[in-house]
Formats: sequence, C-alpha cells, structure tokens
Amino acid sequence: MIKIEHLVKNYGNHCAVDDISFEVESGEIVGFLGPNGAGKSTTMNILTGYLSSTSGKAMIAGIDILRDPLGAKKLIGYLPEQPPLYLDMTVEEYLNFNYELKGCKLDRKSHLEEVCETVKIRDVYHRVIRTLSKGYRQRVGIAQALVGNPKVIIFDEPTVGLDPKQIIEIRNLIRGLGKDHTVILSTHILQEVQAVCDRIVIINKGKIVANEKTENISHVVENNRRFNVKIAGPQKEVLAALHGLSGIAYAEALAERDGDACSYMIESEPGSDIRKKLFYMLAERSWPLVGMEALGMNLEDIFISVVERSEETRAAAVTARQRTARRGRRDRAVLERSLGETLYEDAKRQRAEASATVTEEEDED
Amino acid sequence: MLAIYRKEMRSYFINPIGYIYLGIFLAFSALLCCYTTIVSATYSTSQYFIFLVFALIIMIPLLTMRLFAEEKKLRTEQLLLTAPVTLTGMVLGKYFAALTMYVAGVLISCINFLPLYIIGASESALEDGSKLTQIGPITGQIVGGVIAIILLGAALIAVGTFISALTENQLSAAVITVGVIAAMVLLSVVNMLTDSDGQPIIANYVIRYVIDWVSVLSRFNAFVNGIFDFAALLYYASLAFVFLFLTVRVYDKRRWG
Repeated sequence: MIKIEHLVKNYGNHCAVDDISFEVESGEIVGFLGPNGAGKSTTMNILTGYLSSTSGKAMIAGIDILRDPLGAKKLIGYLPEQPPLYLDMTVEEYLNFNYELKGCKLDRKSHLEEVCETVKIRDVYHRVIRTLSKGYRQRVGIAQALVGNPKVIIFDEPTVGLDPKQIIEIRNLIRGLGKDHTVILSTHILQEVQAVCDRIVIINKGKIVANEKTENISHVVENNRRFNVKIAGPQKEVLAALHGLSGIAYAEALAERDGDACSYMIESEPGSDIRKKLFYMLAERSWPLVGMEALGMNLEDIFISVVERSEETRAAAVTARQRTARRGRRDRAVLERSLGETLYEDAKRQRAEASATVTEEEDED
Repeated sequence: MLAIYRKEMRSYFINPIGYIYLGIFLAFSALLCCYTTIVSATYSTSQYFIFLVFALIIMIPLLTMRLFAEEKKLRTEQLLLTAPVTLTGMVLGKYFAALTMYVAGVLISCINFLPLYIIGASESALEDGSKLTQIGPITGQIVGGVIAIILLGAALIAVGTFISALTENQLSAAVITVGVIAAMVLLSVVNMLTDSDGQPIIANYVIRYVIDWVSVLSRFNAFVNGIFDFAALLYYASLAFVFLFLTVRVYDKRRWG
C-alpha cells in the first residue's frame, strides 16, 4: 500500500532522512518509533506531500506522490504533530470544511455523523474549537483525518499531551481503524507501538535501525535483565554479596527504603536468569527478599539491543561492548554516590536517635 | 479551491475583521464622497476616486494580512498543503475571497453617489426644462472610477497576498503591506511635486517617464475621467498575476526547503 524507496531529505547540510526504504502492506498498522529529531515527522511529511524529498520515491497505492500529488493525497488522511485546527470554527464547520476540501463524494450528513461517532465528539459538535480541551482537540484532529474515508491514515504522535485515560481511548480507536485502513503512526513511546502496532520501524538519526514484527521486538524487550529488588538486611553486606554473585553484571543500592528493607538495582549478564540464584543466596543468609520488580527497557536500550542483534559484524559487536563498558563506569559512579548518600542518611538517623534518647532521659529527670 | 474560498469568506465574518473592514471602508468613502463632491459643490467624482486610492493603503492590508500568515502561525497550512488541492487553487481561493470582500465594499459604497443624483435631479427641475446642458453627475465617469478602483484593488490585494505568504505574523504582514502599497502609490505623487516656480522637482524627463510607467496611479486617471484604458486594464491584471504567481512559488519553494 505504501512504498518508500531510498528516501533522502536534506535541509542544507543537515541530513534529516538518510536513504530509508520500507513497505507497508494494506491493512497493517505500522509504528514509527524513534527519539525526537530522528526524522519521523520529516518522513511523514514527505509521505503526505507536505515536503518534497531530496531524492527517492514515496508511493501510495502505486501512485508517486511527486508525480501525481492530488491522486496520492486523496488516499491519505493526515494528523500532523500539532492538529491543524481553525480555532474560530465550530467542530461542525471544521469538519464540513474538510469534507469540501477533500472533495468528498460520500453522503455528507451520514458520513460526518459516522466520523463523529468513531472518535466520540458528538457532544461537542456545535462548540467552537477554541473552547475545547486538548483531548477533544486531538480527537477533532483525528476526525479530520478520517473525513473522506481515506485508505491510508497517518498519525504523527497522536497521544502526546493527553491524559492516561485519553491515551488508552485513542489507542483503542487507532486499533479499531486498523481493521479497514492502513495506518502509520509515529511515537517515541514504546508501550504505544507495542499496544497498537503490527509492525515496528525504528528510526534513529534518519536511518532505519530495525523493521520488525511487533512480536519479535517484544521478545527483545521482554527479555528483561534489570530488576529492582528490595532486600531486608544490612545494606553494605547485601551489596557486597550481590556483587559477589556470579551472573550479576552490576548492582547498585538505591536511596529508597521500605521499613528495614533497602532497594537495589541489579542487572544480570546477558542470557542468564539470576532470579532463582538470587533467591537461594538470600535465603541462605536469611535476608528476606520483600520485593522484586522487572524494570522496563528504555528506547536507548532497545536501540542498543536491536543494533546488537541486527548487525552481527565484529565491528558492531566491538562498539557495543565499548558502550557497555562505558555504561559500567558511569553506573559505578552512581553507585558510589548512592552509597555516600546512604552513609550520610545513616549518620543522620543515628544522630536523631541519639538526641531523641537524650530528650527522653531529660524528660525522665 | 471553492472550499478554501468559502472557508475564507466565512472566516471574514466569524472574525470581526470582515465587519471592521466593511464598516471603515463604507464610513470613510461616505465621508470622502461628501467632502469631494457636495461640500466642494461639484458633480465630478474624479477627486473622490483619487483620494480613495490613498485609503486603500490602510484598507487592503486589513483584507490580506491574515490570509497566509495566520495559517502558518496555527500550523493549519499543513492541512491545506496535504489536502488534494493544488497550490494555485489554494492561492486563488484565498485571493478571490479577499477580492470578493473588496468588490463588495466598493459596490456597496456606490450608494454614496445617490445624493448627487438626487441633487442633480432637483437642480435640473429648477432649470425649467432647458435641456441644453446636463446637470448632475456623469454616470460614465462614475462607472469608470468604480472599474478603476476595482482593478487597482485587485492588483494591490495580490501584493498583500504575496507579503502575507512571506511572513508568519499578521501584524508584520500588515505593516509591510502598508509600506509597500504606500510606496507604490506615493511614487506617482513624487512626480507631481513642483517647486516654487512651478517646475517639477524631478527635472529629468527620463526618470519621470520611468516613474510614471511604474506607478500605479498614473494609469488611474484615464478611468476616472471616463475613458476605458485597455492598456491599464492589462497593466493591473498582469501585476496581480505576477504577485499571485510569486505566492505560489513561495509555497513551492518551501516544500523543497
């Protein structure tokens, strides 16, 4: 349905999109994932004909967006990063304007009603857009993209700035749209693509880093190696024991406390599950394990793991190892600082206790 | 194109700007008409139209400042540029909306001439039937003046549209448009200036000729005196065309930016 071939976009000397190619099948929901400034919006703007590419081809259903812009644009509904709303219009006027703008042939009344029903903006249909909340504005923006029932729908960061409930609603909405539309959405939130998309395209610095089915990426993501554990026991000894445990890449004490238990962050070495080993070790020394929580990987980690996985050349492996080594040093610094904090906290508590005892004694006097 | 035209027309009346424009234009033209004809005790409307041109320096920016600058600020241009509409269609839709407002204002202001006809009729009644001289305003002159002011306005609106496409802020669009239109209009005034001996300040004939050729006002006079000047029509039409073409190019260029 959508085909991008060797797309390049330069802004002066800056290369925003650097030779990317991918395809999207009909009826697929594809997530475009990447940090800010990775080239997501630029790619989408080229795809929708807002910008022109420096070189390369973008095709919608076989129509080249540069050759026949009108034909291609008719097939696309686009919600840019900032919804393009005329604040002084009512929702009704705005949707009618879009209906006319897109030269829609469907029955006006029933079609607009259907669109409003889909995005649930019936109750604000006659209100001026300026008076609407951010969530409703976003939905009006989505409604705009749906007008004319386009085959391809493109959303640029559709959930930014919404509250959690609205985010879930919009995700459900997008998943619903995937039944009879081809959807591309961009985001920098991993959970979002995991929740909604069939396929994930990860883009970084204008290049595609990964282009995989969601299950495959999820496998990488779920293969968690970092845990937040709460262990009741003397902090220094526990930490030393954790460092001594084979299979643990590094461990650090966190400032957080829960009763007499301290929190630690540990990361296992790749490919080993240390949870059981950890349990037995702690049981042996009778330090109760009162909590264990798997920490999600952030986007940067995923990039690293994806790059590690996809580029199996030696050179790539070397850089990856170097990166890990650098992180190790940084983590040690964090560890030392948090240790310092713990000592300080201890000293403070002891002082407080001591003064409390003094006052008690004075009271008794 | 039609959708954009209709949207622009609607937005002139959703916002106060459409009412402000019509109100100021009608009030000002009525005042001007009163002073240049009735108070000056003449039926000739040529002075009225000449002075009206100076009012356009302020009036045209009111119509054109929003056209593109506002879309850019609200990021709504993304909607228009990704919709199945050509750039030319988009520019023309907006241009014709501004032109419609302008022409509507000019046509409504034609009621200003009504008192002249009424006074003319009552005066010729007093002349007890001698039909030798016609008393009252000359309809040909008025029609010529209206056509001229519409043509000139059409050209200036194109200039304003172009400037609005270059800026991101309504106010700066308005200020620049005022400056440019004022320069275009006042250029011909420079030619008319004379020193104390009655000699033109710009003595060089060639320079005067060039200024005269460029100036938007010099072509205005024939119309105001009731002569239909085809060359002037062509001049104003091509001026409008050039600036609309440039506006389209501005948007085309930005896509490749």
